[in-house]
Amino acid sequence: MNLSLRWLSDYVTLDVTPKEFCAAMTMSGSKVEAFTCEADALQGIVVGKILEKKPHENADALFVCQVDMGGDAPVQIVTNAKNVKPGDLVPVATPGTTVHEGSESMTIKKAKVRGVQSDGMFCGLETLGLTVHDFPYADPDAVFVIEEDCAPGQDIASALGVDDVSVEFEITSNRPDCLSVVGLAREAAATFDTALHLKEPVYHGSEEDITQTLNVDIENREKCTRYVAGLVRNVKIQPSPRWMRERLRASGVRPINNLVDITNYVMLEYGQPMHAFDLRFVKDGHIRVRNAKAGETITTLDGVTRDLSEDMLIIADAEKPIAVAGVMGGEYSGIMEDTVDVVFESAYFEPVQVRRTAKKLGMRTDASARYEKGLDETSMLTTLRRAFSLVEELGAGEPVGTVIDCNYADPAPNRIPFDPAWINRFLGTDIPEATMADYLARLDIRIEDGMCVAPSFRIDLERPADIAEEVARIYGYNNIPSTGLTGTADAQLTAEQKFERTIGNAMTGMGCSGILTYSFISPKWFDKILLPPDAALRRTVTISNPLGEDTSVMQTTTLPGMLEILANNYNHRNPRAWLFEIGKEYLPTAPDKLPEEPHRLTVGMYGDCDFFTLKGILETLLEKLGIPALRFTRCEEACPYEEKCAFHPGRSAVVYSDDTPLGIFGEIHPDVQKNYGIGVRCYAAKLDIPALLAAAQTEITYQPLPKFPAMTRDLSLVCDEEVAVADLEAAIRKAVGRCLERVELFDVYRGEQIAEGKKSVSYNIVMRNAEETMTNEQADAAMKRVLKALTQLGAELREL
Amino acid sequence: MKEQLRNIEEKARDAISSVTDLRALDDLRVSLLGKKGELTAILKQMGKLSAEERPAMGQLANRVRATLEQLLSEKNAALHSAAQAARLGAERVDITMPGKRPAAGRLHPLQIVENEVKEIFLGMGFSVVDGPEVEYDYYNFEALNLPPDHPARDTQDTFYITDNILLRTQTSSVQVHVMENQKPPIRVISPGRVYRSDAVDATHSPLFHQVEGLVVDKGITMADLKGTLEMLMRRLYGDDCKIRLRPHHFPFTEPSAEVDVMCFACHGAGCRMCKGEGYIELLGAGMVHPKVLEGCGIDSSIYSGFAFGLGLERIVMRRYNISDMRLLFENDMRFLEQFR
Repeated sequence: MNLSLRWLSDYVTLDVTPKEFCAAMTMSGSKVEAFTCEADALQGIVVGKILEKKPHENADALFVCQVDMGGDAPVQIVTNAKNVKPGDLVPVATPGTTVHEGSESMTIKKAKVRGVQSDGMFCGLETLGLTVHDFPYADPDAVFVIEEDCAPGQDIASALGVDDVSVEFEITSNRPDCLSVVGLAREAAATFDTALHLKEPVYHGSEEDITQTLNVDIENREKCTRYVAGLVRNVKIQPSPRWMRERLRASGVRPINNLVDITNYVMLEYGQPMHAFDLRFVKDGHIRVRNAKAGETITTLDGVTRDLSEDMLIIADAEKPIAVAGVMGGEYSGIMEDTVDVVFESAYFEPVQVRRTAKKLGMRTDASARYEKGLDETSMLTTLRRAFSLVEELGAGEPVGTVIDCNYADPAPNRIPFDPAWINRFLGTDIPEATMADYLARLDIRIEDGMCVAPSFRIDLERPADIAEEVARIYGYNNIPSTGLTGTADAQLTAEQKFERTIGNAMTGMGCSGILTYSFISPKWFDKILLPPDAALRRTVTISNPLGEDTSVMQTTTLPGMLEILANNYNHRNPRAWLFEIGKEYLPTAPDKLPEEPHRLTVGMYGDCDFFTLKGILETLLEKLGIPALRFTRCEEACPYEEKCAFHPGRSAVVYSDDTPLGIFGEIHPDVQKNYGIGVRCYAAKLDIPALLAAAQTEITYQPLPKFPAMTRDLSLVCDEEVAVADLEAAIRKAVGRCLERVELFDVYRGEQIAEGKKSVSYNIVMRNAEETMTNEQADAAMKRVLKALTQLGAELREL
Repeated sequence: MKEQLRNIEEKARDAISSVTDLRALDDLRVSLLGKKGELTAILKQMGKLSAEERPAMGQLANRVRATLEQLLSEKNAALHSAAQAARLGAERVDITMPGKRPAAGRLHPLQIVENEVKEIFLGMGFSVVDGPEVEYDYYNFEALNLPPDHPARDTQDTFYITDNILLRTQTSSVQVHVMENQKPPIRVISPGRVYRSDAVDATHSPLFHQVEGLVVDKGITMADLKGTLEMLMRRLYGDDCKIRLRPHHFPFTEPSAEVDVMCFACHGAGCRMCKGEGYIELLGAGMVHPKVLEGCGIDSSIYSGFAFGLGLERIVMRRYNISDMRLLFENDMRFLEQFR
C-alpha cells in the first residue's frame, strides 16, 4: 500500500517530518517499508520561459534559445527541439543536475555545442520520470511544453505537482482496513493522538428512479451479503483533473480516464473495490449475483476466455455472466469510448469464495486481494456515494439519485469483554483503565457496559487478547517492562541429543568438518550411485510442486548428497576434504502417513586417506560411543544396505555390533566417482544413529588395575593372501583363552622371502593372569596352543 | 702424617679442578676416596699413632675427607650441568618450523550458532525438542490458527507432498506437538529445518533453519517474552545489545511482534547495513493465541504463554559477515575451515 501524504492530510493534520511519521507509524503497527519524496528526483530542474529561438549558426538541426530562468539575465540553451517556440514554458535541467532517461544518466554541464555556449537542457516527460498518463496534453516524444500555471525559475516539482511524499506500507493480512487512505488516516490519528476528519460524502443526483432501468437479485446470499448498484447517465470520458492524477500516481496507480480513475480513487480511499458496467451490455437491466452454471464461460477484461464452474460466484445479466464476482469483469462490461450509461457496483463478497475462485482461475487482481481479506460490510453505500460525488465534481456524468441496496448483511458488531486488570496481567503492565479506554477510543473501539464494541471495519477483533494488542501497540511495545522467567524448570538434552553431540565432537576431533546438505535431491542422483531400478530407496517422499527436478524428492539415502559435496570440493581444487553430517533420511511409510525421519551420520573424505583411515575413524568413534562387539563383513555378502552398489566391492564393509547392522562404509566405486567427476579415490560411510544409540553401552564400571606383570610374545606367521586377519585373531583369542589381555596386528608384509600369494602377518600378544604372576612356562604353553590352532587355518610360523 | 694429609688435600684440589669429564672425575674419586685410595691408605696408618695424637689426626683426616667429598660433588654437579648445557645446545631446533598438527575438523557455522543458542536456552531452563519436517497441514497451519483459505498462507510458499502433507514452513509446527503431549509448565525450544518454495539466490534458500521457542504456564506475560528475548540477544550479541519490539501479525500469536536488534554498525543512527533504519529485523514473537492453546487442550483462561521463531541463517550471516547464503550449503573446505 502506497500512501500519498497529501491525500492523508485531507483526513489528519500532522506536524511531523516524513521520517518521523514513518517511524511512529511503524512502532504503532503499520510497518513502513520506505518513503519517497517525489521532488527528490527532480532537484535542479526548473521552469524556463523561451524568449527567443534562432537557428544555430553551425548546425541545421539545432536551435539557440534565450530562456528566462527567473534570474536577471536570460540563459542561452542550445536545443534540437522543434516543438518549442518563444513564449513556451519548458522544464530546464540546470548545470550540475543529473538526469535519467531509461537506464542512462548524465550530468548537465555548461558547454559549447558546435561552437555555441549552452547552459542547460530542455526536458521531456521521460526525463522527469512521468508519462503521458500524468500529463495527457504533452507530446511524449518531444520537449514537455508546460500548460500549468507556473512562473519561470519555479522548481519543476512544485510547478507540476510532483512534490508529494509517497509512503510504502507493509500491511499485514489481519488489517485489510489499512489498505486505504481512510484506514491509515485513522491509524495516524490514533498514533499521534489527533483528530480524524471524516466526512460523509454527498451528491445531488437526478430525479430518475433507478428501478425503472435496473434490478438486482442476489441469489446466493451467503456468498454475497450486500450489493449496492447505482447508475450514471451520459458519461463524458476524459482525463481526470491534475490533483486526482497526482494522488493516483503517488499511490502507485496509473491514471487512465475520469471514470476508471474514480473507481480506483475510491478503492484507494476507502479500500472498497468498485466495478463499472456499461449498461448496454447488461441484458434487460437485470443483475443476478449467482453461482456459475456448468459449461458457462466468460471472456474477462484481459481477453482470456475462462471456463466457469458451479462453485464460482458470478455477476450475470438476464442471460450470461458479465463478471466474476470480486475478481474481474467481462470484456464487454468495461468503459468504452462510446459508453453512455454506466452501472456502478459496490458489493461485499465472502472472502473465502473470492479467494478460491481467484485461485482456481489463476487470476489474482487488486480487487480480489482486497475481497479475500474481508471488507467492511457497512461501507458499500458510503463508497458508492463517494464515487458519485466525484462523478459530479469531475463532470464525468449524471448520477441517478436513487440507488439499489440489496442488504442481507448482519452488521452486529463484535462485542468483547473489557477487563483492564486481565490486560495488565497479560501484558505485564500497569496501565490505568482510563488510559486504556482512551487508547481504544482513538481506534474507534467504544466501551459499553464493560464490553468493547469493535467497529465494523475491524473484523480482526474477536477476543480479549486482540484488545490487549490494541492497548499494547498504542501504549508502545517498548514501554512494556522486561521480566525474567521465574521458577525452576527441568531442562536438559535428551539422550539422543547428547549422543549426537558426542558424535559431532568425536568427528571434529578426528579431523572431519561438519557440513549441511539439502534434504531434497534429484531422483537422477539414484542413478549416479548406480542404485538398481527396482531398489526400495527409489520409493521417495515426492514434492508435488518442486522448484525443479534437482530438489524434487526427499532423500532416502544421505550418500548422494555427501558425494555431491565431495565433488564440489574436488571441483574447487581443494586437495583434501574430510567431512561429516548428522542429517535425516525420509523413508516413506503408508500413503497419507508421515514418513520416518531417522537420523544418520554420513562421512565423506578424500585426500590423505584410504579405506583403513576411514575404518579407523569409525572404530575410534564406535569405541568412544561405547558400542561393543564390533564385527565387519564384506558388502558382497548379505548386505542390508542398498547403497552397497555405490562402493568398491573389495574395499567396502558393513559394520555390526553383534548381529545388529550399524552402517556401511568404504571406497566409492570408480564408476560412481566418475559420475560425480571426482578424479581421486574417495571414501564414504553411512551410519544409523538410532542403531548406534540402541547398541551403545552407556554404563561404565571401573576394572581394577592389574596386580601382576604381563607376559608378552611376538608372533610372525605366513599364510595365504585370502586368509582374513580377523580369523587369525579369533583363533589366537580362543587358543590363549582367559589370560589373553590384548592381541594386536602390527605388521603385514609381502614381497622378498615370502612366496607369491602369501603374506606375513605379525602379532603382539599380551597375556596376564589376574591372580598370580604368569610364568614363562605358562606363556610358552599358551603360544603352543596358538600355533596349533593357526596351523589349522593354514598359517605357519615364519622362519626368520 | 699431618703433612701427608695436607698434601693429599692440596693435590686433590688441583686434580679435581683440572678434571674435564665425568668419567675422569669418577676415576679421581676412586683414587682419592676408594678402598684403595690415598686417603684410605693414610687412615690405615692411624693405628700407629699415639693415643694423644689419634683424636686430632682423626679429626683432621675426617675434615679432609669431607672437603674432598664436597669438592667432588660440586665438580660433579658442574660437569653435569655443563654436559646438559652442551646437549641442549646441540638439540636446538628452528622453532619457526611448522608444528605437526593433528587434523582438526570444524563445525559448520550454522551448527556453531545453533549450539550456542541451545546452550543459552538450556541455561534459562528450556528443553530442546525435535519435530517432523514432513508434516501434516494441521500442525503447520490449521492448529496454528491458519485454516484453509487463510490469506496469510500465501506469505509462506509451501512445498506440498499431498493435499494434506507438506514440508513444514515453520518450526512453529512443533509447538502444537509439544502442547498436545505435555501439560504446562512448558519451556522448550525446537531448532530445525524449514522449507519454503523460494528459488536459490544470495539471500534465499528453499531450505533454512529456525529455532522455535515456546513457554506456557500460569501468569506468563508479554513482559516475560521481552525479558527472555533481551536475555537471548545479550548473550548472543553482548551486553550493550539493544532490541525493540514492533507490532506485527502472526495468526498464532496475539499480540504479535517483530523483534529488531539495534544495528551493530551504526548503533541506531541508520546506515547502509540497516538500510537507514538503525535496527535490523531478527525474529517474530508473540503471546500464544488463545485459539492455539485451546486447540491443544490447554485452558486459555488459566494458562498463557509466549512463542518466538528465530532464523538461524540470518544470525550466522550477520555474525560472520557472510553475504551469500549459498556458501552455507556449498560446504567448500576453504569456507568451512574459517570457523571454529
